[in-house]
Amino acid sequence: MWRGSMAKSSSAGLSALGARVWNWCDERLALSSIWAIAEKKTVPLHRHTFWYFWGGISLLLFIVQAITGVLLLIYYRPGPEAYDSVRSITYDIQFGWFVRSLHSWAANLMVFAVFVHMFSVAFMKAYRRPREFGWWTGLALMGLVLVFGFSGYLLPWDELSYFATAVGLEIPRSLPGVGALIANIVQGGPEVSTVTVQRFFALHVFVLPLVFMGILGVHLALIMKHGSAVPPSEEARPERERRSIPFFPNFATQDLVMWLICFNVLCVMAFVFPWQLGKPADPLASAPEGIHPEWYFMSQFQVLKVLGEWIPGYLGEILGIGLFTLGGVLWGLLPLYDNTSQSGVRARHATWLALIALIGLLALTIWGYAGL
Amino acid sequence: MPADLTRRKLIWGGLGAAAAAYAGALGYPVYRYLADPAEEAAELAKVTEMELPEEELPAAGSATILQFGARKAILIRHDDDTMVCFSAVCTHLGCTVAYQADQDRIYCACHGGVYDPRTGQNVSGPPPRPLEEFNVERLDGKVVIRRA
Ligand code: FES
Repeated sequence: MWRGSMAKSSSAGLSALGARVWNWCDERLALSSIWAIAEKKTVPLHRHTFWYFWGGISLLLFIVQAITGVLLLIYYRPGPEAYDSVRSITYDIQFGWFVRSLHSWAANLMVFAVFVHMFSVAFMKAYRRPREFGWWTGLALMGLVLVFGFSGYLLPWDELSYFATAVGLEIPRSLPGVGALIANIVQGGPEVSTVTVQRFFALHVFVLPLVFMGILGVHLALIMKHGSAVPPSEEARPERERRSIPFFPNFATQDLVMWLICFNVLCVMAFVFPWQLGKPADPLASAPEGIHPEWYFMSQFQVLKVLGEWIPGYLGEILGIGLFTLGGVLWGLLPLYDNTSQSGVRARHATWLALIALIGLLALTIWGYAGL
Repeated sequence: MPADLTRRKLIWGGLGAAAAAYAGALGYPVYRYLADPAEEAAELAKVTEMELPEEELPAAGSATILQFGARKAILIRHDDDTMVCFSAVCTHLGCTVAYQADQDRIYCACHGGVYDPRTGQNVSGPPPRPLEEFNVERLDGKVVIRRA
């Protein structure tokens, strides 16, 4: 009997202590006003709610990259020893292969998740007023993810990474005027070398993460501010027929479950298909047969290759680069063109653009792989 | 009033110029710092001649890739024992080309560019220009490669 009352009084004492700690922090950190905002957040519930998860999945993968990246950093040595250090991470160090494999797989899955996120935003028309900056910061983040992928690919300094980088850097280099400047600064000489590896390393582990996190902060703050957009099909319904669930705890829990699923998929991939390491880069070797870039650069690769066959020479090259630049610019301007929920014709055009972009990228990628 | 306006303009203009000069003064050393390896390579690029001892020559019907100053060169020894040397860097997007004796061509695996193995002329695929040709001279016990 007395035990019960004792437990009761001590728990009361504990909760009183808890309340005092809470109050102490609240007064200084304004926790309750933050909580009050968070509590009111809701997520629309409809047929397409599934697509809301992809931004969160991209975020999870970024976190995985940050952690596995730091782990790799502990053994990786940029510069002339790059290949050897990656070789030892892959073959000598306990579970090194697993950490590296996680990092490589998560990089690929992250590109995939970001693409899915981007296209779902495009089709749900979530870029419309007032979410234009969400779209633009998102595009900037996607660009950074691709630069992350491109720079990280060189770091093992193996044969494939050598030529992938050489070809990739030739594209900014072909710009008149600034081209040579870019080659001098980014490549550190007329050719890709271990000097380039060292530069890409600085870029990959410090500059890019810093810029990325800054933009990501803005991107997330904007989502906090404006909430999730509902697709036009949902917007057409009367207000009382629309449903939503609280962000806390309902959607957050689902998000967590999604994270868990994705993380498990990632671990299985990394475990079952460990990432391989090619032959060391040899600047005096010819490009090997069947050389091709990572899948997310395959569409650009295919355009360059095919245009090069049809229209040999500079014209083909310029046309290829111009095509992608033009597509990118149009893509960025999408929210300014299709800006209100009333714009019938423009809305249809925007949907068409998104469809053409999606199908075009898929077709070029498949075509690229078929032509290897 | 106009005097005031011009003074304001002057002050802003002066401030702008000072800021630009300051940015330039900071940017210049940073650029030189980053471009240092490129400048060193530019020194190397002045190399116009290299020698190759007889023993290091490729066998007839094959080729070898050489570091020629800052450049990469491909030295091809044809079946009839004639030798030609070209830049080994594809004029399309800079991959390193390969000599394929069985198909009698110089091939770039990156996007399928093809060059003539005797003249370096671009034959098909994306390359916009022929490969730069270097002069090969056979002397006693060695070969000298020269760039114009
Ligand atoms: S780099 Fe040689 S064909 Fe493109």
